[in-house]
Amino acid sequence: MATSSAKEASFSPYEDNGGTNLAIAGQDYCVIASDTRQSRGYNINTRFAPKTFKLSDKTVLSTAGCQPDGNMVVTRIKQHMESYKHAHNKEMSTPAVGQLLSTMLYMKRFFPYYSFNILGGLDKEGKGCIYSYDAIGSAERVPCLASGSAAALVQPFLDNQVRNCNQVGKPRIMAASPVSHLSLDQAIKITKDAFTSATERDIYTGDNLQIFIVTRDGVEEQVHPLKRD
Amino acid sequence: MASIKLKLPQAAQNAQEPITHSDGPIVTGTSVLGIKYKDGIMVAADCLASYGSLARFRDVNRLQAFGERTIIGASGDIGDFQYVQDELEKLMIKDFCLADGHELATPHVYSYLHRLLYSRRSEMKPLWNSYVVGGVHSSSSQRFLGYVDLLGTTYQSSTIATGFGAHLAQPLLRKAVEGREDTLTEEEAVKILDDCMRVLFYRDARSLNRIRRAKVTKDGMEVTDPYSLETEWAFAEHIVGYGA
Repeated sequence: MATSSAKEASFSPYEDNGGTNLAIAGQDYCVIASDTRQSRGYNINTRFAPKTFKLSDKTVLSTAGCQPDGNMVVTRIKQHMESYKHAHNKEMSTPAVGQLLSTMLYMKRFFPYYSFNILGGLDKEGKGCIYSYDAIGSAERVPCLASGSAAALVQPFLDNQVRNCNQVGKPRIMAASPVSHLSLDQAIKITKDAFTSATERDIYTGDNLQIFIVTRDGVEEQVHPLKRD
Repeated sequence: MASIKLKLPQAAQNAQEPITHSDGPIVTGTSVLGIKYKDGIMVAADCLASYGSLARFRDVNRLQAFGERTIIGASGDIGDFQYVQDELEKLMIKDFCLADGHELATPHVYSYLHRLLYSRRSEMKPLWNSYVVGGVHSSSSQRFLGYVDLLGTTYQSSTIATGFGAHLAQPLLRKAVEGREDTLTEEEAVKILDDCMRVLFYRDARSLNRIRRAKVTKDGMEVTDPYSLETEWAFAEHIVGYGA
């Protein structure tokens, strides 16, 4: 109305669709896991919407935040990797995809992809590697990482159980070191525990747990049930 | 009451005010429901197009067939939906003219809609709709039921409800359908959707008891003529204390 100065909230191109991702890098493996719930406010859109994707036999990408933006990031990364393969006759290495993702996110610095990504896989030496990003492309290689709606719950748990922070008599893994010292079995156990606990407290996490295990033999995918409430 | 805003050309907007983009839907359709059942996909929507709280158009079709085996249900701005219908028709004509023996299957139409809506949200000129896209593949008989909205959000599920239906109907649909997608008969599916549309009519003040329902099976598609749901208002006699 002409007399009214009250403003309705204008259109926002962003929405937080929730969801949590986790990654642990080892000497010769990388574990990347996500829950499969997709939410909108207090509604659950669907109980199975994968947000982690296999990009190649040694690289996996997980996204959280605004689902359409995450979806777009994955689509465009795949397109770039395809054209790289045709141009150079080889698959893109994980560190190369890591740099590409950073550049791609920064290209949209002033209309960012609202997507919190974890890139995981094996580096050129066959070691596990994880790249951590913010929405505008700041990147860092880390030994373990949580992102998404339950990141604040899961990251301290990983710092304690994977990097041995605040543990007496155990060797501390520095945040800047590339890999953890865990065995693959231990890493998977920690992953499952992290998600069952996060599901208890975070309403945006639950339904199913999707685990990708990257080794020199390729990528193995597992799906486990989580609480559906 | 929230005022209805019109999209003004930029010059007509007050120079002091920040530039507003799309202020929201004008003439709107409410919930669309979709489920998977034994033979395929079933979708339902009512026939009302509201202008704010005014029940403006009472015989509107919000279910659009695309080819033989894809149905699209629209909620949100009716004008934007009609634009999308035009775009879909252009797409269908282009595909027909190729005459290459390939047909656009449901996931292709779904992908097209997603990219259209996502590109428009990225221009900050959203098409103010939520869509339910359902279909059955002509050769593999695989069922598809997906959702896409004005932000480009997509998901697939065995039950989908847009708008008010996401709050009121979705819990009922999940209880009735989840885990029984391969055993539900057509009669059961019809009853589930009719019951949910009735609940919506009772509680959603922007709805109508006159609805259309579509089913897609491997044998093709059927869209019903509009029909009215039986309602029961006798209980209203006993309600006291609302100022009546």
